[in-house]
Parts: sequence; structure tokens; C-alpha cells
Amino acid sequence: MSWKSKDLLTLEELSAGEISLILDTASSFKEVSSRSVKKVPALRGRTVVLFFHEPSTRTRTSFELAAKRLSADILNIQTAGSSLVKGETLIDTLKTLEAMTIDAIVVRHKSSGVPQMLANVTPATVINAGDGAHEHPTQGLLDLFTIREQKGKVEGLTVTIVGDITHSRVARSNIHGLLKLGAKVRVCAPPTLLPAGIEKMGVTVFNDLDKALEGTDVVYVLRLQLERQKNNLFPTIREYSMTFGVNNERLKRAKKDAIVMHPGPMNRGVEISSGVADGPQSVIDDQVTNGVAVRMAVLYLLQGESNEKPS
Amino acid sequence: MPPKIKALIMEARDMDRALTRIAHEILERNKGTQDLVLIGIKMRGDILAERLAAKIKNIEGTAVPFGAMDITFYRDDAGTHKPEKAPSPTELPFDVNKKKIILVDDVLYTGRSARAAIDQIIDFGRPTFIQYAVLVDRGHREFPIHADYVGKNIPSAAKEQVLVRVKENDGKDEVVIAEEGE
Repeated sequence: MSWKSKDLLTLEELSAGEISLILDTASSFKEVSSRSVKKVPALRGRTVVLFFHEPSTRTRTSFELAAKRLSADILNIQTAGSSLVKGETLIDTLKTLEAMTIDAIVVRHKSSGVPQMLANVTPATVINAGDGAHEHPTQGLLDLFTIREQKGKVEGLTVTIVGDITHSRVARSNIHGLLKLGAKVRVCAPPTLLPAGIEKMGVTVFNDLDKALEGTDVVYVLRLQLERQKNNLFPTIREYSMTFGVNNERLKRAKKDAIVMHPGPMNRGVEISSGVADGPQSVIDDQVTNGVAVRMAVLYLLQGESNEKPS
Repeated sequence: MPPKIKALIMEARDMDRALTRIAHEILERNKGTQDLVLIGIKMRGDILAERLAAKIKNIEGTAVPFGAMDITFYRDDAGTHKPEKAPSPTELPFDVNKKKIILVDDVLYTGRSARAAIDQIIDFGRPTFIQYAVLVDRGHREFPIHADYVGKNIPSAAKEQVLVRVKENDGKDEVVIAEEGE
């Protein structure tokens, strides 16, 4: 199969075949990142705009490296320092960029649906780098890539996602992707951090972490988004950590060869102990490495299809 | 629609003989295997490179390193043409600096693949030289590229396809001319 869509907005809209195509392509790009000259000319002359309206280190630098390793030109725009602070609307900013003939926009925004809105009005490729509590598709893809690399497959694995599901776009993208590739997904959180009706997505809900970890292949720890906790959704961070923090003692309940993942940035000692984060089962650094390869694959596959049809 | 086969050009033993001759020619021209490495262009040149390496070992008694290269990201239409299948990783288990490289492919046609492959090799380092070996040269060059070693010249029409099949990928060894499918 070849790539059809102009944009990457969600994993919900992708088929298992499309996800696999991205992951297979990413394997080749991972090899490129291991060379001494870590660059291929595939997107030479293309311009990629990184349009970030929320703080980000790893996603933005990962996209920037990915685009550079494809030989594309990069433009970085952040809210502070742009005309958005003068009151320009997002769409007007986009139109201005478009007038300078850009090819792709990687967008992060605190409101869900912004990438979709931009994609509707621009012929340029739009890639969602995280919108509100909606989706973070490239994070989901790099997590799937890492699981597949570590375990050889995704189908049939049991994956436990622990933490603040309500506010987590990472959780939503992962749930969609994992279910499409045939994994069994458990979610575990205090009821106040679980969206109503989450089980309708096809996941099993646990409120007891020990039970949720029993026999699992992958432990996916979400960041406790302290900046979003203003409504007393749990009593104290200390209590959260005691009830839902993943430590070495708890990890013993998972399979012996279970891997531990975290999308970063970590709150060490809150949702994950340092012993686990730096332990032999942790693949957190692999996730970061694979992020560049997966984003290269996404940029590569999305570019070019919109304008010209292959001969 | 699958392509319609018009003629069988080479059978398994013809392919084998051609590769044996190319192996001898490579050794003769380079006076042995010193610094020699083989790089096959995926997806079939790599298999032919591996076979050439085995033949060279038989003749000369020394093992010649071989690697496989995927040229997808170096194609001159990489920005507009997307392959049906995901590219597979390049595997070069040696340093190309100061090596005598024999680039191996199944069919030489427009010369664009060779151009992409040469560009990619140069991103890995500076070889002493690159020579080019193909099983089939079917003509219709669009770039100033020529092969140093040719298994067989097959005059063809542009609308025809020349298909090299190898048993590792396709179940049997043969070269056929086919009418372009839909």
C-alpha cells in the first residue's frame, strides 16, 4: 500500500496497514540515524514549519532533527515572539506562512482540534504534534515502534497504561494504535482521572495498580500533569505516588521481561521511581531515539503525495 | 493487472554462468580481492552481490565483504514518488573509505538507480573507486552511466519490462521480458 492522506492528525483515523507502513519505513530511517552522515536528501528543498503553542523539548527537537536529517529547511515559530501575541488569529498566521510557500506544518496547541482546523484551510501538510487532551499521534507511533522493536510484535501483548488518562493525549493515541494492532489494553488510574465511558474504547479499567500490572508485557507510565491539576482530583501528590506510582516492588507483578515506558518528561518519585526509570526494564531512552526515526518516516510519507501523483 | 510474460531470456543456468564470468572479470580487472567490497542495490542486486561474493570465494579462496543498500531516499523523485512498500534498511557492514567498490544491480535501465546509489555511497565515505556490475543491460539510458560488467545485453522497447527473478525472492531464477501491466 502507498500513503494517501495529506495530513497526520490522529491515530484514530489510520488503519492497521497505514500504521504498519509508517513503522516499517521508520526502521529504515533508524538505520540512517546510525550512520556517521545522518542525512538523506529525500526532502531536499522542502520547508517544514514547527508551530508550537505549548512548551516542548523532546517533541520539537525530535521533529527538528527529523526534518534536518531529511534535508528539509526548518522554520521555528513559538507563540511568544510571534504576531500571535499582537492578536493575529491562528488562521491568519497560517495564511502568512503559506504565502511564503511552505510544505508542511507541525503544530502543537493546547486546544483539541486545532490541527484539524488548520488542515481544513491549508493545502500544506499538517502534522499534529499534540492537541489539548485529544491526540499525540507521533508519540503513539514511536511507542508502537518501540514495543514492536522490543517484543517483536504488538499483536497479543497486554499493555497497562497507568496515570492521568483524562488529560492525556498520549494515552488516547496509544489506546487507538495499540487496539488497531491487536494488543490488549488496560488502563489504571483513580476514578477522578479516568474519563467517563473510557471502557467503550475497548480497554479494561482497573483502579488497583497491583491487579492492573499482573502478567502485563508493557507498563506505560503517564506523566502526572501537575500543571493541569487544579481541581483537587486526588488528595496529595504523596498519596498519588503511594497508590499509583510504579516502583520496583510493584513491577514484580508484571511479566519478568516486561518493559517500562514513559513519554517524558518524568516526575521522578511521583508516577515512577528512579529505580524503575533507570532500571534494566526501562526503554525510555529508546523511545526518544525512535522518535526521530518515526517522525522522519511521517514527514517522508506525507510529503509529496498532496501535490503530484506518482508516475 | 500482473505483467504478461513475452519471452524467457535467461534460465537459472544462464544466470549462473553470467555471474561466474562477471566474478572472473572482476578478479582479472582488479588483480585479486585486495580492498574489494560488493554492494548490492535492493531488492535483488543484494542477492546477486551475495552470489558474486560466493563465486569469488570459490575462485580466489578469499572472502569478499558484501553489503546491501536501499536507495529509496536518494531517488531523484523521492519527494514526489512514494514506493508501494516500505524501504528496507541499508546494511553496509564495512567502512567504504579507501575501498574498491563493485556496485551490483539486476537491471541497468535509465541509470537513475546507479546515480542514487553512487550519491549514497559517497555519504558513507570516499571509496578508491566504484565499478558497476549488472546482470542485464536493457538500454534506454537517461543519465551518462555505463556498466563495467554486464551479464547480458537485452535490447528492449520502453513499454516492455525486463524482470530478473531470483529464487530467494521469487521462487526461481530467470530473466523474462514482459508487457507492462496496468
